[in-house]
Amino acid sequence: MPQIAQLMEVYGSQFFWLLIVIGIIYFFIAKNMVPKISKTVDDRQKRITDDLAAAQAAQDRAEQIEEDYRTSINDAKSNAVSKVNEAKAEAAKKNEAAVKRADTSIAKKADEADTALKAATATALTEIEAVAAEAAKDIVATVSGTKVTAAQAKKAVKAAF
Amino acid sequence: MAEEGKIDPMSQFAIEPIVGGFELFGQQISFTNSALWMFVVLGLIYVFMIGGMKRELVPGRWQIMVEGVVGFVDNIIATSISGPAGKKYTPWVFTLFMFILFANLLGMMPLGIIPGIHPFTVTSQFTVTGILAVISFSIVLIVGFWKHKLKFFSLFIPHGTPLPMIPLIFMVELLSFMVRPFSLALRLFVAMIAGHILIKVFANFVIQAIDAGGASILVAILSIVFIAFVSALELLVCAIQAYVFALLTSLYINDAENLH
Repeated sequence: MPQIAQLMEVYGSQFFWLLIVIGIIYFFIAKNMVPKISKTVDDRQKRITDDLAAAQAAQDRAEQIEEDYRTSINDAKSNAVSKVNEAKAEAAKKNEAAVKRADTSIAKKADEADTALKAATATALTEIEAVAAEAAKDIVATVSGTKVTAAQAKKAVKAAF
Repeated sequence: MAEEGKIDPMSQFAIEPIVGGFELFGQQISFTNSALWMFVVLGLIYVFMIGGMKRELVPGRWQIMVEGVVGFVDNIIATSISGPAGKKYTPWVFTLFMFILFANLLGMMPLGIIPGIHPFTVTSQFTVTGILAVISFSIVLIVGFWKHKLKFFSLFIPHGTPLPMIPLIFMVELLSFMVRPFSLALRLFVAMIAGHILIKVFANFVIQAIDAGGASILVAILSIVFIAFVSALELLVCAIQAYVFALLTSLYINDAENLH
């Protein structure tokens, strides 16, 4: 086995060159290059995480905007509906009031007409009575020759009515 | 390699100096084929990592591979070492994982078919796996005693151990703790050397069977099929051993960081 047979003559150079090579790998590659590569990987990972977070934030904001939009639309819709209802109610109220007013004025006019009619009837009746009494007095005078006072005639006419 | 028409399955592990170097602490340091392949591993890791350094927001295939490996090691650390303290061990676990993975895979590449190139598996040397294991074990010891002082020894007494059993359990646990660097180093070393020897031995069968001619050609075909299967298995083992080494190191560091 050359490893054992040659041990005493080669161990010095083996150790010497191995330590140099290992030292170069350790100090120049493992200590210098590896952290940079690790950093590249970490940076990339961080970038990906950040980008994902930014995308998530953007999506959240878009969703928020959409929701805001929806609520504002809904608000506007309900607002419009309530306005329409209000207007309808107002119009109905106005209508009702106008009808009421018309009703009362009509009723008033009817009442007036009624009273006027009644008064006219009463006047007419008294006039008729008077005319009748006159006529009765005249008729009595003509037929019987008896003079009848106006008061008697009136009484008789009233009784006849 | 070939000696009297035979392949020596062990010669692939032989270390040969390319450039005779200098002397350090009384030891001859020469640039060997082992050192050369270590630098090839280093270069491959560097090229691989550079491909992931474009740092684009939308990664290409290469960048995804690099980021996948980095994420894999981060994941080992995150699941093995509880608490935020694990982050500071990422460079070492990454170094271990990448060096072992690339060294293992490079050893399995069929580069031997190119004349003049003799592939060498760096991790099939226990001098290499041993150093890696010793560094990992040293980190465990230093962190453990630095953070918990002498309380670190409570690691060797599991919760709810009856009082008379404590000395015995302590010795057993201490022994299993001390064995960790050896098991760590030998597991990788043995896994690598075994696969390579197996493939070489069966390659030897192929050549001998063809030399013999006749009906033994069947043996050659069977051996080639077997080599294909073992190679596929070894590619899996390459990745698993790198993973196991990195995972066990993080688990041992977790012991040192959090005791139990």
